[in-house]
Amino acid sequence: MDIQFTEEQELLRSSVQRLLRDQYDFDARRKTVASEEGISRKQWADFAELGLLAAPFSEDVGGLGGGPLSTMIIMQEFGRHLVVEPFVETVVLAGGLIEQAGSDQQKQGFIPEIIAGTKIWALAWAEKGSRFDLATVATTARRDGGDYVLSGEKTAVIAAPWADYLIVSARISGDRDDRGGVSLFVVDRRAANLHLQSFKTIDGRRAAEVSLNNVRGQLLGRDGEGVAALEACRDRVIGALCAEAVGAIGELNSATLEYSKTRKQFGTTIGSFQVLQHRMVDMFIAHQEALSLMQHLNLGLSAGEAAVSRLASGAKSKVGYAGKFVADQAVQLHGGMGMTDELNIGHYFKRISSINIQFGDPAYHLLRYARLDTAA
Amino acid sequence: MELALSPEDAAFRDEVRTFIADSYPAEMRVPNPETDLTKEQMLLWHRVLHKKGWIAPLWPKEYGGPGWSITRRFIFEQETTRAGALPPLAFSVTMVGPVIYTFGNEVQKKKFLPRILSGEDWWCQGYSEPGSGSDLATVRTKAVRDGDHYIVNGHKTWTTLAQHADWIFCLVRTDPSAKPQSGISFLLIDMKSPGVTVRPIITIDGSHEVNDVFLENVRVPAENLIGEENKGWTYAKFLLGNERTSMAGIGRSTRYLERLKRIVKAEIPQDDPAHLEFIRDIARVELDVLALEATELRVVAQMARGIDPGPAASLFKIRGTEIFQNITELTHRAIGNCGLAIREHPVSANHFMPGPDYGHTASEKYLNSRKLSIYGGSNEIQRNIIAKAVLGL
Repeated sequence: MDIQFTEEQELLRSSVQRLLRDQYDFDARRKTVASEEGISRKQWADFAELGLLAAPFSEDVGGLGGGPLSTMIIMQEFGRHLVVEPFVETVVLAGGLIEQAGSDQQKQGFIPEIIAGTKIWALAWAEKGSRFDLATVATTARRDGGDYVLSGEKTAVIAAPWADYLIVSARISGDRDDRGGVSLFVVDRRAANLHLQSFKTIDGRRAAEVSLNNVRGQLLGRDGEGVAALEACRDRVIGALCAEAVGAIGELNSATLEYSKTRKQFGTTIGSFQVLQHRMVDMFIAHQEALSLMQHLNLGLSAGEAAVSRLASGAKSKVGYAGKFVADQAVQLHGGMGMTDELNIGHYFKRISSINIQFGDPAYHLLRYARLDTAA
Repeated sequence: MELALSPEDAAFRDEVRTFIADSYPAEMRVPNPETDLTKEQMLLWHRVLHKKGWIAPLWPKEYGGPGWSITRRFIFEQETTRAGALPPLAFSVTMVGPVIYTFGNEVQKKKFLPRILSGEDWWCQGYSEPGSGSDLATVRTKAVRDGDHYIVNGHKTWTTLAQHADWIFCLVRTDPSAKPQSGISFLLIDMKSPGVTVRPIITIDGSHEVNDVFLENVRVPAENLIGEENKGWTYAKFLLGNERTSMAGIGRSTRYLERLKRIVKAEIPQDDPAHLEFIRDIARVELDVLALEATELRVVAQMARGIDPGPAASLFKIRGTEIFQNITELTHRAIGNCGLAIREHPVSANHFMPGPDYGHTASEKYLNSRKLSIYGGSNEIQRNIIAKAVLGL
């Protein structure tokens, strides 16, 4: 089942690796995270120049046609370097939704700006009390001339403080958790009557609570099909986040292994203790399983398989638990050093924790995987 | 769960409960007492307890302890943690104090004990070094005798709240040629001495609890040596024994468990399939707490009859820390998307945090509690202790 990468894909991987190796070491990242804005616009421009922001888009809309496998390649490397710039939010979430559901005019208007690196996007779907359910939407939209006017509150919108545009789910009809009646809208982040309350996230990013009080927005995709669009979008972002998690898991394992071979206590390296050897074997197995399932999912996404949504939940759960186990043990085996802000280990721990919350935690997706079993 | 108490002890329990409810300083009721209080605020409760004569439950009466039985000491600790009161600084009262009155000379007792009781001196612990974590016997900080002084050079780390400390008790190597355990001495060092530098270590939750302490040609009067030169390991082990017994943390776990239940009730509707998962997970932890509490009561009853639980105390450290980690993890999970947010340090009301108040410290507690299975002798080391000393393997 191992993926045989094409020459183009290998080229993509090596060029991302080179860029990150040259420009994205842990100190550079630390400076970016500590900066006023919290991301590097220059880095974002470099991503654009290298074609990373174009990679997954189809050629029809000016992309490189790499699809989910190019996203997977990029995200795995981003996971290894703990990249904070909003590739997931802008390219995978918003870009994916526009390409999937947008009108020709919207595609031609918005996607070139994403590819050029001149506009950043964020997706506002969660609300207080919605937890991980895409259909629980209390934010309303009402028609007003050719536009819509949106009112409501969105929660934990990652990258909103950096964004130029938001995609917002809002209800045109139905009750709070009806699947029908929800549509997606594009909103200018600097629009009148749109307010952000920004905060820092555990993994060194910025997010915001977004309140909309009669904010103008344009419909994205067909009226009432917002939930279905978000579900497909979630499958894709799970592919990306799992790839990122696998990148982080791999780094944690190699760092821990290295540390266990050099750190001496009781007159010998700690890696010579059997209890720690077995622990690291389990960490290795967790990585292998996570890598396999993550690739399997991305191949399914790439082939447009019908049953991919159940697999996405399965992978989110399995990779999530694997990541949590590895991150816990990497901190534990590094001892006090694993607890420090100075060492990168804790930052991988926090990124994995954050991935495990986004779009549903491992327990949520385990239940969803079980529920979608047609044989059960 | 309660100990079967005599009428006198039951009356004592009620007295303690009322006293805490009436006298615990309101100023100390902040979102996260462990990180949000200034030194002065942390000392408020210490001073109240000192005035009442209850600051040092462990200490014999002659040194200023209240003269409580083991049962009463346990009741006091239980009531304190159940009430969510931040216990007074352990390094002063629970750790160095008993070493001084057990192994120190009369001059040292007179000089240090009253100031520990009053809270005038804040102590920190100079044990761990970059190369000596679990393997404490390899400490390399050197103390070389020079007339009536020691000249100390070395690097201590993970020194909790050293930024507030007036004094540090250190394990130092006085005989480099002896076997690791035999060449160590126990030395008290004034933090204001020239050559002492404190450097903050920021942890993954963003807080500043621990520090590096650098000692460069620090001149320490020889009269600050505790007991005999090269016998420090004995005193250190004595002290670590005191540290471990209090690690079951039943009161704290019980409080956090109750809070977790309230959060799950508020966050997750009963018809959400996740609800049943949480109910099950919570029940499992609750049984873990109950079993540990029952074990603790059994041990306390044994101790009251004069039976030393010995290395079984490692069991409390292992299970107590695992349980608390589990609870903080469930709490972080329960708040869903709000778990992405973390408070900025130093804490300020100007920083916005999303979601209800009960979730505001969930992320930092979850991250911070990863340390529990590492510090005070890692849980791997504790398991080694049980394997060797209890099971005879």
